[in-house]
Amino acid sequence: MNADAPFAPWEDETATPLIEFSNVTKRFGTFTAIDDIDLKIYPQEFFALLGPSGCGKTTLMRMLGGFETVTDGRITIDGTDMNGIPPNKRAVNMMFQSYALFPHLTVAQNLAFGLKRSDMPKSEIDGRVEEMLRLVQLQKFASRKPHQMSGGQRQRVALARALAKAPKLLLLDEPLGALDKKLRQETQFELMDIQEKTGTTFVIVTHDQEEAMTVASRIAVMDHGKLKQVDTPDRIYEAPSSVYVADFIGDVNIIEGQVTQLAEDTAELSWGEGKPAIRGMAGENLSISTSGAFAVRPEKVAIFTEEPMDRHNRVSGIVEDIAYLGNMSTYYVRLESGALIKSQIANNRRISRRSITWGDTVWLSWTDTAGIVLAS
Amino acid sequence: MSLARRLLISVPYTWLLALFLVPFLIVLKISLSDYANSIPPYTPTLEVGEGWSGIKEFWSALDFENFVFLTEDALYIKAYWSSLKIAALATFFTLLIGFPFAYGIANAPQEWRPSLLMLIILPFWTSFLIRIYALIGIISNDGFLNQFLMWIGAISDPLVIMNTNLAVYIGIVYTYLPFMVLPIYATLEKLDSSLLEAAQDLGCTRISAFWSVTVHLSKPGVIAGCFLVFIPALGEFVIPSLLGGSRTLMIGKVLWEEFFSNRDWPLASAVAVILLLVLIIPIVLLQRNEQMQREQNK
Repeated sequence: MNADAPFAPWEDETATPLIEFSNVTKRFGTFTAIDDIDLKIYPQEFFALLGPSGCGKTTLMRMLGGFETVTDGRITIDGTDMNGIPPNKRAVNMMFQSYALFPHLTVAQNLAFGLKRSDMPKSEIDGRVEEMLRLVQLQKFASRKPHQMSGGQRQRVALARALAKAPKLLLLDEPLGALDKKLRQETQFELMDIQEKTGTTFVIVTHDQEEAMTVASRIAVMDHGKLKQVDTPDRIYEAPSSVYVADFIGDVNIIEGQVTQLAEDTAELSWGEGKPAIRGMAGENLSISTSGAFAVRPEKVAIFTEEPMDRHNRVSGIVEDIAYLGNMSTYYVRLESGALIKSQIANNRRISRRSITWGDTVWLSWTDTAGIVLAS
Repeated sequence: MSLARRLLISVPYTWLLALFLVPFLIVLKISLSDYANSIPPYTPTLEVGEGWSGIKEFWSALDFENFVFLTEDALYIKAYWSSLKIAALATFFTLLIGFPFAYGIANAPQEWRPSLLMLIILPFWTSFLIRIYALIGIISNDGFLNQFLMWIGAISDPLVIMNTNLAVYIGIVYTYLPFMVLPIYATLEKLDSSLLEAAQDLGCTRISAFWSVTVHLSKPGVIAGCFLVFIPALGEFVIPSLLGGSRTLMIGKVLWEEFFSNRDWPLASAVAVILLLVLIIPIVLLQRNEQMQREQNK
C-alpha cells in the first residue's frame, strides 16, 4: 500500500487484522446476546459498535476486555486465542462508561495504578504519568481527587489512565455519554486526535449515531446480537444494506413497492397504480419481481412548485407541515398514496421570502443516484 | 438566625443539657466527694441555706482523693487494661465475622438484600438480656452445643465455655455483630462494581483487585463498625457478669461492684469518669472518620 492511499486496511486482502471474531456466540441462560458473529478489526482502526440498547454491543466489547466469556466460537487478538485469558493478562485496556476512577486515589495515582502493576521500572512511572497528563492537558490537576473535578476532566483522566499502559487495543464504553452536547462535540475531535497521536486501535461502543459517524473509520450497526452492516460511515449512510440500517442511521424516507427492473447497479421500484417507477441504486441481495423498499435521505429530496419535467423521479403531494430549524427547514409532504415524505432544504434565503407554505401542492424530486432500492 | 431556627436547635441542646451534661456534672461532683455512712452515702452535700459560706465550705471539701486511689490499687488499672484488651480483641473477631457477612449481603441479588438485612437486625427485636440467657442455654456445660457435640461423638467430656473469657468474647461478638455488619454493608453496597473491573483491567488479579479496591474503599465502614463495637464493649457489664467467670476482669463489673456491693458511690463515680475519658478518644476518632467520609462523598 502506498503512503498516500486512504487508510482502508479492510479492503486489503493481505492485511492482518488485530482482532478476529470467528463464529462468536454469547448466551446468558436462554437469552442469546451475540449471535454467531464474524468480524475483523484492523490495527489503528477507530471502530464503532453502534446499536440500540440491548443489541449486544456492550457484550461484544466486554468479551474483548475479558469480562465476559465466549459461549461458542473464537476471539483472537494479535493472533492469540483469548479464550480463558483474564483481563489483567490482556494487552487491552478499557475506558468505563462510569469512568471507574478510584475515588481514594489522586489523578496521578489513578494514572500510575496500572503502571505499578506492569513490568515498567519504578523510575519511569512518574515520567509516563507526566506524559499522560500532558496528553489530556491535565498537568495542573495531578494531585486532585476525582470528586474535585468536573465531568469532562474526569472523562479525560479515565482516557489517560486507559492509555497509560500503551495497550494494543483501547475499548471505550459510551465514553462521552455523560457529557453535555457541546463538550461532547469538542471531545470527539480530541479523541480522534489522541487516537491518531498514539496509533492505538480504538473500539468504541455508542448508541449515538452522530458520534459514531464523526469519530469512526468503520461502523458496525448491530441489532439483536447480529451485525447488520459493517462499513465506513459514508457507505452506512448512503448505501445502507437494509431498511433497518437506513432507518437507524439518520432520517430517511421509505417507499415500499415491487422491484420491476434490475440492472447492474440501478433498480426500479413501482410503488403505485399508474405512477412511473422510481429509479435508484440497487442494494444488496435484490431480485426482480419481489417486494422492495426505496430509501432516500430527506436532504436529497428537492422541492418544486412546478412539475420538473426534466427529472425521472418526481412525485406530487400536499405540504402538510413545515419544521423550521433555523439553518434548514423540513417539509412534510403527503403523497396521494398516503405516504409522508420529508424534504430538507437549507434556508439560504430569509424565511419571509419562502415561496412554499402549508396546503400548497408541490413536486418532490431526486436524482437517479440519490436513493437506494433495498430488499425488504 | 431566625427565632424559629433558634428554637428548633434549642430542643436537642436542652435535651443533651438535661439528660447528659447535668447528670455528668453530678457524677463528677460525687467522684470528688468522700465516702460517708449516711444518706446519700457521700459528703459534702451542698447546703444552699447557709449562703456563701456554705458554698465555700462545700467547694473546699472536694478533692481528687478517689482518683489518686484508683492509681494506687492495681486492681483498677488492671481492670481498665483488661477491658481494653477484651474489647479490642472482641472487636477484631467481630470484624473477622462481620466483613464476610456484609460482603455477602452486598453481593447478593438485589431482591434478597432486604430480607438478609432483616435477618441481621431481627435479634434486636428480642430483649438483650433474654438473648444472653439464651446464649447461656447454648454454651453452658449441659447446653445444646455440648449435648450435640457429645451426641455426634465429637467430644466425650463437655467443653467448658461458660464462665470463661471465651464466653465473654462469644457474647460480645454475637451481641454487637449488627453494629459491625451494617456500616460495612453501607459502604460495600455503594461500591461501583466497575471499579473492580477497572482494577483487573489495569493488571490486578481478582484477589489484588479485591484488596486494593473493595477493602480500601470499605475502610470508612470498617472503622465506623469497629468503633461502634469497641465503645460499648469497653464499658460492658451484663456480658462479663453473666457469661464471664470470677476471673474475668472488666471495668464495667468493677464499677457495678463498687456501687452496689461496696456502696462506695464516690469511688464508683471516679471509675465512671475515667472510663468516660478513655472512651472520648475513640469517640472523637469515630467522628473524625465520619466527617472525612462526608467530605469524600460531597
